[in-house]
Amino acid sequence: MAPAMSDIMTPDAAELARVAPGRGKAAAEVVSPGHDLFVGLTRLGDNTLILGHRVSEWCGHSPILEEDIALANMALDLIGQTQLWLGLAGQVEGAGRDADALAFRRDAWDFRNLLLVERPNGDFGHTLMRQFLFDAWHQPMLAALQDSSDARIAEIAAKAAKEVAYHVERSADLVIRLGDGTEESHRRMQAALEALWPYTGEMFLGDPTDARLAEAGVMPAPEALRAPWEATVTAVLAEATLVRPASAFAHKGGKQGRHTEHMGHLLTSMQWLQRSYPGAKW
Amino acid sequence: MKPALDQVWAWLGEVPDPEIPVISLTDLGIIRDIVWEGETLVVAVTPTYSGCPATSVINLEIEAKLRSKGVENLRLERRLTPPWTTDWITPSAREALSAYGIAPPVGLAARVNRLAGSAPEVACPRCGAVDTERVSQFGSTPCKAAYRCRACLEPFDYFKCH
Repeated sequence: MAPAMSDIMTPDAAELARVAPGRGKAAAEVVSPGHDLFVGLTRLGDNTLILGHRVSEWCGHSPILEEDIALANMALDLIGQTQLWLGLAGQVEGAGRDADALAFRRDAWDFRNLLLVERPNGDFGHTLMRQFLFDAWHQPMLAALQDSSDARIAEIAAKAAKEVAYHVERSADLVIRLGDGTEESHRRMQAALEALWPYTGEMFLGDPTDARLAEAGVMPAPEALRAPWEATVTAVLAEATLVRPASAFAHKGGKQGRHTEHMGHLLTSMQWLQRSYPGAKW
Repeated sequence: MKPALDQVWAWLGEVPDPEIPVISLTDLGIIRDIVWEGETLVVAVTPTYSGCPATSVINLEIEAKLRSKGVENLRLERRLTPPWTTDWITPSAREALSAYGIAPPVGLAARVNRLAGSAPEVACPRCGAVDTERVSQFGSTPCKAAYRCRACLEPFDYFKCH
């Protein structure tokens, strides 16, 4: 019999994750501008990597060819942005790790992505709703990052922002068409919205690392992105005839390396080749 | 041997884009700068889209071309600023795209407002009709969108204004 989800995600998982990097001893918290920058960059790069991987899982499985191509193209944009963010993270860290090493040879507790992006794809509507909720945050995030005090971050953000303008246009358009579509498509979009809503609050929760990065003008404070996100989401949901869930409950922990049970499964698929044949190239 | 920079630009103007071979790398506007740093030729290249898989092939082809012309000390640099825009595609390359069956970008990226209702009027590259519709925001590559002509019914790629 397959184990139940509660068996897989034990209450002690967070504690195990915390002590694992120290091989049995709790790793000492390092506080330095360099470390903050590394964490901030992995948060950006892990979001695009994990969402890019999730979206790439659709390749060859979409409802129609055009949507298959569109999803693959969006995944490609996100993976391309990952190479820039994680490439810079590796450079900042200065330990000889490049974007590939960070993507393929870290464990779940070292990933800093939002829990939202590791959610399984579900149906096509669910994937589009996740994309929209993320894009509506990603766009103002990249707009703010273009004013970063770190020129390397500003230039990557300027590049990525042009691509993400297409993402948000497409995901908003499809959320409206499916929400204000047939009875069946409306029901599925509303269900997706309710399932994903508790994962959106984490986007706006800052921690001490965020506060220090914001103070230094490197990255925006997460709280500052709520207003533009709300504006986009409110307008699109209204046009889509979807009802915004009332609950403000937010699952959190991804940004600190505490992930859901889905993360390990995703990494198993994404990392297996580099884990089995370290350094393999072709 | 240090060939003149004009000569190097001309050589790179002979290297076709790997995805769209009717236009060259210089037509596409992705070669941003060429300079001699002492005895080393430095070529600054900007990616079209950050995930464009043609980027590594493009770098290989630049290197192969310049080596074939006798350039021994060569360094390629990735340049992200300013980010690539279709505004840099030359007028002759726009004609070549159209003749090849790809509708060239309409208007200037700097002026495009991508919000709803501002869809460009894209002419069919086969019959010239402007009665066309967008099928998908993304086409065969990230830089293109899928369109369909309502007059001649042919599907075609539109090189998005970016």
